[in-house]
Amino acid sequence: MNSKTADRLATGVFITIAIMITAILAGLFFYIFVNGFKYISFDFLTTPSSNVRAGGGIRDQLFNSFYILLITMLITVPIGVGGGIYMAEYAKPGKITDLIRTCIEVLSSLPSIVIGMFGLLVFVNTTGWGYTILGGALALTVFNLPTMVRTTEDAIRAVPQDLKEASLALGITHWHTIKTVILPTAFPAILTGAILAAGRVFGEAAALLFTAGLSTPRLDYTNWNPFSEQSPLNIFRPAETLAVHIWSVNTQGLIPDVEAVSSGSAAVLVISVLIFNLAARWIGRIIHKRITATK
Amino acid sequence: MVTALKERTTMEATVPVQQINRQENILSINNLEIFYGENRAVNGISMEIEKNAVTALIGPSGCGKSTFLRSINRMNDLIPGAFAKGEIIYEGLNILAENINVVALRKEIGMVFQRPNPFPKSIYENITHALKFAGIKKKSQLDEIVEESLRKAALWDEVKDRLEKSAFSLSGGQQQRLCIARTIAMKPTVILLDEPSSALDPISNAKVEDLIVDLKKDYSIIIVTHNMQQASRISDKTAFFLNGDLIEYDHTEKIFTNPSVQKTEEYISGRFG
Repeated sequence: MNSKTADRLATGVFITIAIMITAILAGLFFYIFVNGFKYISFDFLTTPSSNVRAGGGIRDQLFNSFYILLITMLITVPIGVGGGIYMAEYAKPGKITDLIRTCIEVLSSLPSIVIGMFGLLVFVNTTGWGYTILGGALALTVFNLPTMVRTTEDAIRAVPQDLKEASLALGITHWHTIKTVILPTAFPAILTGAILAAGRVFGEAAALLFTAGLSTPRLDYTNWNPFSEQSPLNIFRPAETLAVHIWSVNTQGLIPDVEAVSSGSAAVLVISVLIFNLAARWIGRIIHKRITATK
Repeated sequence: MVTALKERTTMEATVPVQQINRQENILSINNLEIFYGENRAVNGISMEIEKNAVTALIGPSGCGKSTFLRSINRMNDLIPGAFAKGEIIYEGLNILAENINVVALRKEIGMVFQRPNPFPKSIYENITHALKFAGIKKKSQLDEIVEESLRKAALWDEVKDRLEKSAFSLSGGQQQRLCIARTIAMKPTVILLDEPSSALDPISNAKVEDLIVDLKKDYSIIIVTHNMQQASRISDKTAFFLNGDLIEYDHTEKIFTNPSVQKTEEYISGRFG
């Protein structure tokens, strides 16, 4: 085989792989939409779920998913970015840094059900909170932190050394350089990491089963007092998310319309992830344009 | 009696010389050695850098000239395992000492790099970035310094209408002059240039060279260059480095017309390097 044929063959193989990946993704979306789209209605999105009767909605689960996402990101992003900055800019090469890096890698490869069990032990039992949004968010933080640290570290290391030297050579301190030159330059890659982490929060069920629970109290959406039992904003209440809901109606649901609820929920979940993704990237692009003055 | 007189005259003679030296020289380097871990990159060099002059450092790649240049504003601190011995005296202080405030030092000894490295910000912000950090917050004052430093860097007329545009929209030569402008904006006393025009086209190169000669009035300039013509065109004094040693250091004219060391002549005539 001459090199020209090999080159053509390689091109062909890669194109085939690309087509396969796209086809799988498209097929998956198609399946979920075809099965679930017909069940999505205004009612479905705005009524609470039912345990026994047909016709329950997913209002609370949808809200819970976004709310747990928000709380998780509020905890994950600052700690994760901070850890990434430390690993990329401050950690001296050596045994301790290697140990930290190994820990992060092990943590990121833990099965989510194990993190759920850990969460049950620490955030539910030891703290005495019971099943709570905060407990769920903390378990998801354990789950997401390694990825966040890793992507931030990689993003910062990808910033050209030239830029860092330019800033330091102007008599600017290391920290101010990180804040005003390195982080803005690394911002798009860090944002991508955060979006990936967020996607995992949306889809995660196992880690939440034992931490945020399988039920939601009766919520009153006009009650904005975060300390009230009925308030949706209360972070010390149990909260079933959409992904957990799909799992629970399928495994232990008593409702007659299991098929409709789970297919509809799956479609809503996928659409939510898509919308969240696109919105986050769009906002990210605007911010990046503003800080880098590019049009 | 005679010896005593002799001593007196030498003392009298030396005192004024020292005073003149103090006025003329901005930096004095005494027995400077620089190491990367086990490797010695610079082997105990000593030289005086003249004030308001352009000093060129020439020599083949890996001869230690860039390492030396980067030690003057402590940029080597960023390289793990790099350390320096000896003295670089600036305003009576050894800037290699542990207790030197490196951040303050770099405000006085600025640096321009080989590849243009503007910040991914607007042209205006590229210059105000360090000024704001240094505590200048007033818009009118910032505007003034931006214009002044861009004028000095001979870039003002080309960019005055698009200061809010990204610095990446500029050509390579313009970017490098912007980098010089933001260094000037800090009002340093010494500017270190590490092959500032090696990545530029001939026209941009000529502009940067003119600029360097122009800047000599206000600043002391040390430039590393691989370009012999450039060294001979713009510098007042030239130092030739080889394998970490300072081989010869003299007036540029002398180095290029009548060098006293054989190796220098071989290098500048292109026989090696």
